[in-house]
Amino acid sequence: MTEELIIAGFGGQGVLSMGKILAYSGIMQDQEVSWMPSYGPEMRGGTANVTVIVSDERISSPILTIFDSAIILNQQSLDKFESGVRPGGVLLYDPNGITRHPERKDINIFQIEAASLAAEMGSTKIFNMIVFGAYLKIKPIVKIENVIRGLKKSLPERYHKLIPLNEDAINMGIKNVKAIHELK
Amino acid sequence: MSELKLMKGNEALAEAAIRAGADAYFGYPITPQSEVIEYLMAEKPFDRTGMVVLQAESEIAAINMVYGAAGAGKKVMTSSSSPGISLKQEGISYIAGAELPCVYANVVRGGPGLGTIQPSQADYFQSTKGGGHGDYRQIVLAPASVQEMADFVKDGFELAFKYRIPVLILSDGVIGQMMEKVDLFDPIPRMTDAEIKEKYPWATTGKKSGTARRIITSLDLDSHKMEEHNIKLQAKYKTIAQHETRYELIDCDDAEYIFVAYGSSARIAQKAVKLARAKGIKAGLFRLITLFPFPSKQIHDMCGKGAKGFLAVEMSAGQMVEDVLLAVKGCSKVEHFGRYGGIVHTPEEVLEAMEQKIIGG
Repeated sequence: MTEELIIAGFGGQGVLSMGKILAYSGIMQDQEVSWMPSYGPEMRGGTANVTVIVSDERISSPILTIFDSAIILNQQSLDKFESGVRPGGVLLYDPNGITRHPERKDINIFQIEAASLAAEMGSTKIFNMIVFGAYLKIKPIVKIENVIRGLKKSLPERYHKLIPLNEDAINMGIKNVKAIHELK
Repeated sequence: MSELKLMKGNEALAEAAIRAGADAYFGYPITPQSEVIEYLMAEKPFDRTGMVVLQAESEIAAINMVYGAAGAGKKVMTSSSSPGISLKQEGISYIAGAELPCVYANVVRGGPGLGTIQPSQADYFQSTKGGGHGDYRQIVLAPASVQEMADFVKDGFELAFKYRIPVLILSDGVIGQMMEKVDLFDPIPRMTDAEIKEKYPWATTGKKSGTARRIITSLDLDSHKMEEHNIKLQAKYKTIAQHETRYELIDCDDAEYIFVAYGSSARIAQKAVKLARAKGIKAGLFRLITLFPFPSKQIHDMCGKGAKGFLAVEMSAGQMVEDVLLAVKGCSKVEHFGRYGGIVHTPEEVLEAMEQKIIGG
């Protein structure tokens, strides 16, 4: 199994940390992982993206131009990365703020209204974990228990009290992901 | 106890310095390697092992602090990115001339000048052909993973002390910024002053009456003596070339078309090998681990094993390719491919270059 994923959105949406949590979860189940962020001035308030690879084999290039899956969290990223999804691949996006929706017919398209769900849950900080839950429902490449183990390992002890809230957010994402266009 | 972690290349380098028993790190921040000093400051190795971490007033000050500490027999390290490494060149030449051990890392960004903060491999000439002035060489290790960013610090110190030579870890923005799984080696205790005194008869550890003065210098106004010193240095470089050449062959057993690459380009070329094999092209990767010494003989030997052509893949306008040409000596075709100025080539572009320049060319 190899999953090549891009997560793209605004800086501050938790794009990089979502990728990191996925990578940590992969390590927890003895897989190879790579996490390659875009870095530079564009990260300060602008767009941010990270490519994550989780694989059973040694990972060659951490640089990707074609993706098995794309998690898209703003219009700029949709415009930039929709074409990069492999035919038959997955595009998951939050429709919040999207004016031009994905148009491809040769990929599987899913929506998660994570921004509004996060507001309902009373914490905008768990936005990325709702998205992450939606992604794991579509692509269950890592087990939830390994996500939790990864969180425990990567977060400083003083934040461990927030892990149940993050788990709730993941479950919220799992429950609320909607298929917009699915290939037969 | 070894430990499995998810880390950035820069963080792994910093943690490895602490674990390798380094006595000091002197640095100055610059993107894309600022995480090295950030990690060290947050980790407080001065509490953990007694290691000194100091942000110098400039890159030039940092390398001269390295020069001083190395002269006292201490394990010392610095790091920077391209423009900062250029500033350090005078100090590196002095350290090479005075035959002192040190490890330093260059997390390369695009140039020339201040250039860009994105990844590049355009400092190959600077790293392998001098950089500073004078007839000197340094050992150059090229990590292609976060794991190697950690391991090469340990290996680097061993080599630096074995040969009393600067060791450069030549990385780039991709390897520095990416996170991967890393299995951290067991910590090595720092040497005590008494151990240094006993082990390094060249180190300036304090003159006692009745003992000879130990002088650390790169200066000798008697040219005959300086020639002798140079001959000694060259003999050392030859020994290093004989014993310390490192490389990795990936899918080369039956390969006809060989990518030659190091660092992040090697990772990208490895994917290009996979893509090529899927198309029925017998491709392989010759990954350079040491850039000096350069595995010339081993590359040349590929001709006798069925290699029909070599593509040097590097994020530069063509630097390493010159050493590949010298190694191949006309026994097979050699071409170059690389994006530069901060652009990272894709596996698809790399394969296309092989198909057009070598296979179809």
